[in-house]
Amino acid sequence: MLITCPYCGPRDVIEFTYQGDGNRERPQPASQNLDAWNAYVYDRLNPAGDHNEIWQHSGGCRAHLRVVRNTLTHEISSTAFARGDHKSAARHKAGGKS
Amino acid sequence: MAEYSAFSLLKNALTGNKDWKPAWRKPDPKASYDVIVIGGGGHGLSTAYYLAKEHGITNVAVLEKGWLGSGNVGRNTTAVRSNYLLPANTRFYEHSMKLWENLSHDLNYNVMFSQRGCLNLAHTPGQFDDLARRGNAMRHLGVDAELMTTAEIKRLVPAIDVSGSARFPIVGGLMQRRAGTARHDAVAWGYARGADRRGVDIVENCEVTGFLRDGDRITGVSTTRGEIRAKKVALAVAGSTGRVMQLAGIDTMPIESHVLQAFVSESLKPIIDTILTFGMGHFYISQSDKGGLVYGGDLDGYNSYAQRGSLPIVDEVMSEMLALFPGLARVRMLRSWGGVCDMSMDGSPIITTGPLPGMYLNCGWCYGGFKATPASGWCFAWTIAKDEPHEFNAPFTLDRFYRGLVVDDKGQGATPRLH
Repeated sequence: MLITCPYCGPRDVIEFTYQGDGNRERPQPASQNLDAWNAYVYDRLNPAGDHNEIWQHSGGCRAHLRVVRNTLTHEISSTAFARGDHKSAARHKAGGKS
Repeated sequence: MAEYSAFSLLKNALTGNKDWKPAWRKPDPKASYDVIVIGGGGHGLSTAYYLAKEHGITNVAVLEKGWLGSGNVGRNTTAVRSNYLLPANTRFYEHSMKLWENLSHDLNYNVMFSQRGCLNLAHTPGQFDDLARRGNAMRHLGVDAELMTTAEIKRLVPAIDVSGSARFPIVGGLMQRRAGTARHDAVAWGYARGADRRGVDIVENCEVTGFLRDGDRITGVSTTRGEIRAKKVALAVAGSTGRVMQLAGIDTMPIESHVLQAFVSESLKPIIDTILTFGMGHFYISQSDKGGLVYGGDLDGYNSYAQRGSLPIVDEVMSEMLALFPGLARVRMLRSWGGVCDMSMDGSPIITTGPLPGMYLNCGWCYGGFKATPASGWCFAWTIAKDEPHEFNAPFTLDRFYRGLVVDDKGQGATPRLH
């Protein structure tokens, strides 16, 4: 499987680290809404078909990517930087650049 | 239906094997049942079997989308063990082990259960300590476990590289002697035959396309072979759990579907008469009775419903095999395949009532479902029949994730690809 990094171009999947379901929304760090935290940590959409997911080009430019991939065929229909996207920014390390 | 015995084998051999009867019927679905089990794999079939055998509930249908046993029950690497750390897992899998030990006799069907042992290797003193801790936890609950030295391992598996110059030198291992392998297809067939002869309808090529509801309550299913009503609808659909739950209007679950690959080599003379697991990666290997080496490794690592794997994992699994057995470098791989695993958020299963009224859920088997087949069905049947869990599956609820009661044997957290 090839993933086209917007910065580096098409690269083999072994250069990337999978970070899972990109639909989850992290509550504000100070939030005490347990249901929202539980949903963020444990609940997954897990569709058979197009899946909105986060990958990191950990063996390349280290950018976090938002990828739409079909879980039945592995066909990738879109790849974009996840930066600037607050839902996925949740996955960056605290204090890290985005 | 004919009992299988040495006498019946001989009799049929002498009469040209013309009188064997099918092991199970092919009934059309009735309009309603007491219990519908969705999924005709190992767990669904064993659930139906124990519903009939232990609880006298025989008005049961098992609905299978494809053909019987076409999913993970025929795609695994057939390992059976109960060498867990946490008491909830140890008790459950040890119950399964005890059912395995009598399964061929119970089913009157030879599942070829072979207790050849399972040996986890340690490659650092710290890892060896960790195995000792797990072994002690097992023995504490009455499960057999013994530490093995490098010299003992070399005697047991002469082909293994125990030299200090190996890339990952072996410092010892943890052996469970009662662990072993079984013929996976025979498990599905044996349970199917046992359930069928007690009156359970096994309906193949019958895909569930939706749920019938009365308010919140599930009252049956619509299928490609018509609507079927039932007082209780039980799901045992493994990797398809997310898809089937979506039909019931539940969009998110604490589960991701991942593909796990398995491999078999050409047949060799006996070389490995135990199950070995590598400690510096994820790799396990055993040898089938036919002589093929049966082995596998990590998940591909990203959500997948494709029953096939990717090449980077093939590469990784082969390199791990050669790290242990340099002498196998020229053995040819015969086949590889993939199965879709329902990876839960803590690596442990879910066997519970609900989450909707009239529904019962059995899922989250990760890649350990085969060894659990007897206990999974046994506990699920109990839960369906009595509307409450048995003490063995009481820890495996769906809401444990939200109540801080996870059963995370590996201590990995909510990262399914790493369990």
